[in-house]
Amino acid sequence: MGRKILLEKAGIPGIREFSIYRHHGGYGSAEKALIKMSPAEILQEVTRSGLRGRGGAGFPTGLKWSFLDRKCTNPRFLICNADESEPGTFKDRYLMEFLPHLVLEGLIISSFALGANTCYIYVRGEFKTLIGILQKAINEAYQQNFLGKNILGTGYSLDIFVHPGAGAYICGEETALLESLEGKRGNPRIKPPFPAYKGLYGCPTMVNNVETLAAIGPIIEMGGEAYASIGKGKSTGTKLISACGNINKPGVYEIDLGLPVEDFIYSKEFCGGIKDGKRLKAVVPGGSSVPILPAELILRTAGGQQRLMTYESLADGGFDSGSMLGSGGFIVYNEDACIVRNTWNFTRFYQHESCGQCSPCREGTGWMEKVLNRLEHGLGKMSDIDLLASIAGKIEGTTICPLGDAAAWPVSSAIRHFRQEFEFHAEHPEIVRKINHGALVKNQESNIQYR
Amino acid sequence: MIGHKLHKPENKIVAFSPETLEKIHELISHYPDGQQKSALLPVLHIAQEELGGFLSADLMDYIASLLNIQSIEVYEVATFYSMFNIDPVGKFVIDVCRTGPCAICGGEQILDYLKKKLNINEGETTPDGLFTINAVECLGACGAAPVMQVNTEFHEFLTSEKIDILLDNLREMANEKKVSQSRWVEKFF
Repeated sequence: MGRKILLEKAGIPGIREFSIYRHHGGYGSAEKALIKMSPAEILQEVTRSGLRGRGGAGFPTGLKWSFLDRKCTNPRFLICNADESEPGTFKDRYLMEFLPHLVLEGLIISSFALGANTCYIYVRGEFKTLIGILQKAINEAYQQNFLGKNILGTGYSLDIFVHPGAGAYICGEETALLESLEGKRGNPRIKPPFPAYKGLYGCPTMVNNVETLAAIGPIIEMGGEAYASIGKGKSTGTKLISACGNINKPGVYEIDLGLPVEDFIYSKEFCGGIKDGKRLKAVVPGGSSVPILPAELILRTAGGQQRLMTYESLADGGFDSGSMLGSGGFIVYNEDACIVRNTWNFTRFYQHESCGQCSPCREGTGWMEKVLNRLEHGLGKMSDIDLLASIAGKIEGTTICPLGDAAAWPVSSAIRHFRQEFEFHAEHPEIVRKINHGALVKNQESNIQYR
Repeated sequence: MIGHKLHKPENKIVAFSPETLEKIHELISHYPDGQQKSALLPVLHIAQEELGGFLSADLMDYIASLLNIQSIEVYEVATFYSMFNIDPVGKFVIDVCRTGPCAICGGEQILDYLKKKLNINEGETTPDGLFTINAVECLGACGAAPVMQVNTEFHEFLTSEKIDILLDNLREMANEKKVSQSRWVEKFF
């Protein structure tokens, strides 16, 4: 079995309860941090650990923390981003459901290090059950004086509140999240100013992903250097990968960064190979937003090297032949998958989730959806393929937030690597109208209304 | 982006129970003074659940007065987030995931099966007022695909057999007037 840092205690019966978590060494890091360490020392350990944001961007956490405006006299806020909505990603849900106290411990240490006395956990509304689990854990932590006033006699006070979203993918973008937390529509803000200077209610604010914050406890316990010794190069530590799609064992796995992708897909310890003995066709390695890679490029880089589960290796080759580790939402497609249908599906998702603020994204996602819709349903033409690539190219980099890029990348990468499938759809409308090319949904009558 | 048409106010009197109202005031205290608008999303969840399943214009006006904000500030938020219903819904709202990972694991067939079985389209409610079907985007449970939620409760690794059993159970619950749902208003304390 692989090493477990975040999920070390996940299998212990009753671990959601404070007493059992505590009995197994839980909150030891919070005690150590609050009693023996200064905020600067905690920041130093986090920086040493090389921990990178686990929400998708992979930005070094220590560096992000160092940006927080410490001169401003306004209150500071820590926000735990639990708006997990990226298709293929369900790791934060797992952490909150099974290890709520590990998440809280990370929040307590991080809030202390950042000098925040209020912390909000922004949980997507569909996770109503998890909100109950988190709130129960918070109540226990208050009772045990790990939250509230004068925590453990240190003079430091912290309140944690859970705040629900209500079904909007865009609120995972940190400035949209802040707008939403202020009771508004989730329209991302123009940066700068960055939240570290002007965030929630105009105050210095740090927004971190659940998994990033959950890693803080173990980092304090083992020390930044020990954490950094795991992994490969600048991809340090362990990462939760949520694997789904056509595999034998979908689920959340903790891996040492640096594991070969091939091992992850085929090892019995992880995905357990492709379901029903089929062949691997493609992988979206980091949530729906990142470029899709065909089997040969996900297992090996264009240069012929073994592809590893690291930020660098998955990005090797740029977008010509690489992708991104992203959020760790690992979606596997077997030989039957129709790439055009899947691309249409993802594009419909982005159209639905675009906040509508920037024209390229608002208009572009809907336009791409229409073009893909007609291609998939046998109403497209050859010129649609270049049209799609052109629209995607014009969305990318022209929007306030990265949702535009996230909508463009799946389209441009699918055309780059699977152009022949798009051409097949344009050339054989009568076939794709009758059966789904890729044989995913066989003989389904098209009920599409093309405008 | 979702398009919505708001209903006109009917000037009906709507109000939370005193117990719920007390909780809402406590909820507002989770945010700094003067930032009571922050409580809008949780309050809308509570309102939708306790006062009829959808957000009528009257209800939204009432919430605006509770939070001391303009009605438009409530309307614009209620129509932005997909979990808020602007139109009346059935007792059980079935949200079927149709995004990528669920789709390649049979989510589209599950949606078709439900539509056929209940004889309604997505976005519609059965004539007996029991079921509403929505096709929704990723619910964050891709490892258990295909998935759906019934009133935000997850149902995973769906098959047509599982759906048959579930619908029977829900009908039985409706007959016995059982409410098994855990309430939003209890989630934040």
